[in-house]
Amino acid sequence: MIRLFKVKEKQRELAENANGGVPIKKQSAGELRLHKDISELNLPKSCTMTFPNGKDDLMSFEVSIRPDEGYYLGGTFLFSFQVSPIYPHEAPKVKCKTKVYHPNIDLEGNVCLNILREDWKPVLNINTIIYGLYHLFTEPNYEDPLNHDAAAVLRDNPKMFESNVRRAMTGGYVGQSFFPRCI
Amino acid sequence: MAESTVHQSRSRDLDKLLLRPGNLVAPTFEPGAQLRDDLQEYARILVIGAGGLGCELLKDLALSGFKNLEVIDMDRIEVTNLNRQFLFRLEDVGKPKAEVAARRVMERVSGVNIVPHFCRIEDKDIDFYRDFIIIVLGLDSVEARSYINAVACGFLEYDSDDKPIEETVKPMVDGGTEGFKGHARVIIPGSTPCFECTIWLFPPQVKFPLCTLAETPRTAAHCIEYAHLIKWDEVHSGKTFDPDDPEHMKWVYTEAVKRAELFGIQGVTYSLTQGVVKNIIPAIASTNAIVSAACTLETLKLVSGCSKTLSNYLTYNGVEGLHIKVTEFVKDKDCLVCGPGVLLELDTSVTLQKFIDMLEEHPKLLLSKASVRHQATNLYMQAPQVLEEMTRSNLNLPLFELMGKVPRDIIHVTGTTSRDGKKASCLRKLCLVFKGADAVTDQDMAVGA
Repeated sequence: MIRLFKVKEKQRELAENANGGVPIKKQSAGELRLHKDISELNLPKSCTMTFPNGKDDLMSFEVSIRPDEGYYLGGTFLFSFQVSPIYPHEAPKVKCKTKVYHPNIDLEGNVCLNILREDWKPVLNINTIIYGLYHLFTEPNYEDPLNHDAAAVLRDNPKMFESNVRRAMTGGYVGQSFFPRCI
Repeated sequence: MAESTVHQSRSRDLDKLLLRPGNLVAPTFEPGAQLRDDLQEYARILVIGAGGLGCELLKDLALSGFKNLEVIDMDRIEVTNLNRQFLFRLEDVGKPKAEVAARRVMERVSGVNIVPHFCRIEDKDIDFYRDFIIIVLGLDSVEARSYINAVACGFLEYDSDDKPIEETVKPMVDGGTEGFKGHARVIIPGSTPCFECTIWLFPPQVKFPLCTLAETPRTAAHCIEYAHLIKWDEVHSGKTFDPDDPEHMKWVYTEAVKRAELFGIQGVTYSLTQGVVKNIIPAIASTNAIVSAACTLETLKLVSGCSKTLSNYLTYNGVEGLHIKVTEFVKDKDCLVCGPGVLLELDTSVTLQKFIDMLEEHPKLLLSKASVRHQATNLYMQAPQVLEEMTRSNLNLPLFELMGKVPRDIIHVTGTTSRDGKKASCLRKLCLVFKGADAVTDQDMAVGA
């Protein structure tokens, strides 16, 4: 129990002393946890990160992934991460900024990765997500489609899927959609 | 005359609690007229939120004899609030909740002064919060609670034995409701678990897999989330969806209806659309009343000491029958928000590199490969490479200067510890005190003047 009234004078004194201080931006617990995640990142060689708002704002950043095997070998794909102040209670929001022909990524950049939504848990971290994204390029799967057409082609005609991916990555049309070059 | 009779009777009930000694009182309780008068004169209480819980809290606190209340809320009144936010009338729709709530309670309860603040909690200086003896929370989001908790715990200081210093303790009483369920808790930073110590108590939000929304919708909610999360971006490239814009909400509703028809799904309505998109849970007026009553009682007990307080978390469940349970949660001793942190004394000349080396040797820490953050600044990051390069030049600078030459402050470090031969990553809070720093700053100021 606290002696609230015993200390009211002292509190007033403290408040007066504090008035001269510089206003401080409050640290969220999410920022601290993110600081830990980022400082411990162990990225695959083919992944790089940038912090568009400088070294002190970790809450939004970009990750570029260059798959070193599979259909997407040679392409570079940029993802934006937005992290909430209550991270890791809530998963980061991740979007693919590079337009890509992919069964699990739609043309708006939405990504179907279980750990970003229904299977997110606070024990997971930024490293897990980046590996998850990397995995999407080495093992695209037609069972969780966001791009319905691409998923159908991958399932029914992997050869054609491969050539569609190549065409998209070198800059060109697949069906009605144009994909800018990303190699 | 009538007014003074009413006033007396209100005070008479309180007098029974505040003027007489008792067996179940707090050790600090000093009954008497002085206490009662001090409560009315000095106890400044901040209520956060003027919604379902906030309306109840303001009314309850005013009727419990508190005379100096302030309330902060960023929202305006909507028609759908009127069934339970009983301080508001139809003609108030569109007006700020805080202002109308404050005015209505002052009209009905004589002698109470309520100052409204129509703004976001983040808009206020930290010092604004320092002025209140206690903060009462009637909020509906984890994020807002987490923010206020960080502010209140930010005032807390510990002595050299890691005991909280009494006059820096800013208690909170937190209420929350969801339909027939609710909670009330007492947070005394440094003594009882803070919000962050027990954040795991909040269930994660339900999120549907995007591919289910895109390919195999089965429920009305799936159709609504499809329109909200996928279709919106497809059609309005670049424009962000605003849940408070009725036009946006109508668009999502219309698209959800089309989607539902396509898949033969029943049950998409406009109100369900609002519910799913804004994550609204139906509010029950009585749950708010019960939780608010508990919170107000705890506030009165905390401030006056007239009884022991709730220890420390009450859950109310009115779904099947009626269950009330009190659980005593424990503090996370290493909590980054309310914990004392490890106290380190340093010379003002210690460089950041030297400091990082010291962490490795320190018996309580044994922390290698440390990354260091002070307030909103990253002083040094071990990884990724891009951040390491940007912060490397700090290594040769004195830490005292990097931290803005304050004699004492909190910093956070992350790195690897090895205990019993096992390596583990960890994040620690440290309280740094610079030896002789007071004299140094005084001197600097003298020279400057």
